[in-house]
Amino acid sequence: MAKYMMIMRSTDEDLAKMADISFDEMLAIVGRFNEELIQAGVLVAAEGLDDPAQGVVVDFSGETPVVTDGPYGETKELFGGFYIIEVASKEEAVEWARRMPSLGGGKCEIRRVPSVDEFPQDNEWIARERAWRERTGQL
Amino acid sequence: MPAAVDGPPGAGGSAAAGGGGGDRGAEPVRRAVEAVWRIESARIVSTLARYTGDFALAEDVAQEAIAEALASWPRAGIPASPAGWLLTAARRRAVDSFRRRSALDERYALLAGPLVEGEAISGAPAPRNRPEDDLPWDPDRVDDDVLALMFMACHQVLAPEARVALTLRAVGGLSSEEIARAFLVPVPTVQARITRAKKTIAAAKVPFELPPAEERRTRLGGVLSVLYVIFTEGSTATSGDSLLRPDLAHEAIRLARMLAALLPDEPEVHGLLALCELTAARFPARTGPDGEAVLLADQDRRRWDRSAIRRGLAALGRATAAGRGLGPYGLQAAIAGCHSTAPSTAETDWERIVLLYEALGRVAPSPVVELNRAVAVAMANGPQAALAIVDELVATDRLAGSHLLPSVRGELLARLGRTEQARAELELAARQCRNLRERAVLLRKAAALPPA
Repeated sequence: MAKYMMIMRSTDEDLAKMADISFDEMLAIVGRFNEELIQAGVLVAAEGLDDPAQGVVVDFSGETPVVTDGPYGETKELFGGFYIIEVASKEEAVEWARRMPSLGGGKCEIRRVPSVDEFPQDNEWIARERAWRERTGQL
Repeated sequence: MPAAVDGPPGAGGSAAAGGGGGDRGAEPVRRAVEAVWRIESARIVSTLARYTGDFALAEDVAQEAIAEALASWPRAGIPASPAGWLLTAARRRAVDSFRRRSALDERYALLAGPLVEGEAISGAPAPRNRPEDDLPWDPDRVDDDVLALMFMACHQVLAPEARVALTLRAVGGLSSEEIARAFLVPVPTVQARITRAKKTIAAAKVPFELPPAEERRTRLGGVLSVLYVIFTEGSTATSGDSLLRPDLAHEAIRLARMLAALLPDEPEVHGLLALCELTAARFPARTGPDGEAVLLADQDRRRWDRSAIRRGLAALGRATAAGRGLGPYGLQAAIAGCHSTAPSTAETDWERIVLLYEALGRVAPSPVVELNRAVAVAMANGPQAALAIVDELVATDRLAGSHLLPSVRGELLARLGRTEQARAELELAARQCRNLRERAVLLRKAAALPPA
């Protein structure tokens, strides 16, 4: 079994289309998908992000970090939220992603989440991270 | 429905857009079919079983549909609704089979109906308005159907190995090859078990339905015990050279989560789920660098999976909240819960564990429970009191042939300083133990005893 993150990405146009769907309907559509993940016993975590217009970007491309308010004019696709599922294979993660409701378009990127066990355990910083994970139940 | 394109954005071609797309290799398609099947087998087989009223036929045509997908998807691409495709293909084969059996019986008419009404042979049902209409099954019935499938696969007319094989294949969506690998038996053995199981179900005329209320509790016990057998085989492999088969244990956890979602008001389902989660939480610490067994007392508790412990304790909370008292799985989960929250063996609440084992001995008396109670008593009150319980077990000959009894007896004797007797017991335990890793631990313990 391995953990995969399904990352939702949308353009401004996708988000505009999403605005046509009523909030209740959106809750129902997303809720049905979440319920299916729960019923299948694969859902580990999920979070959605607030309005990108409320976000802030810190740009490191210059000498010093430059802070600008969202929306991020320079990016085409906005990160909207994620699911983490625990499944037997990448193919199974892909199959779940295919079932994700596409509210107004957008994309879903699937990335494996390596476990802390895959890092060198004798590294001091990994040991500290491990300790934090143990304390907070995020191994 | 979206189509899958491999690789980072921009790197992939446009080939697979819209679900069509050129030739795919057989291997990626096999993996994709496997993935779809893991997710959908329970719903597809149970929907087919209800439509046809014939579980064996449902399972056969479902397997044929998978074979058809493996042949067709590499050329035609993965369909937009893989589940709909598989269900349609399987239903078509069921119709063919009924047609062969009898030209026009009522069931045939019922089955043929949706196909004739324009359901495309190779695709999903035509798109309709409400989102649930996109589903190839009836959303109001599918949960009951999946539950009926679980009850069917775990039916008492079946041999225990057959229940396990059928549950993993029909409900869990594993292939015969995967099941064979998990249980270290040849593939034809698994296939034969499943074939025999289907014949048994047909011969016994077991109806495909939820068990009637008066049988419900007993039948649920049957389902839980199959899931527990799968879990324990994954968590303490009874044979072979590796101690754990975590993937098999995780299959059991996945099935237990499915069952808990379907039967949220049954405390023992949550109890079983809690027990599995809390036991699996210790997996990372249970084997050493060379795959050898590490005993509870020696485990590095920092390696325990805290998320699994949290999930397990939450499930245990749901079992307790039902207010009907804990059953055997709930009690075992409560014992596992005591360990999972203790910082060390010394700081474990052994008195409470003794009480929980006493309660367990009342609801589910067994010599193994008695033996575990003895271990807890040894921790709470010392080895002498525990040895009395163990000797009682020896006297009644209720665990003859198991390595567990001499291994515990050996430990207690060692703690009492009766070294020679301890050595003999540990060596006896090693001879009777079939897991090579566990055997090595027993022999090491015997060798570590001080010379006489």
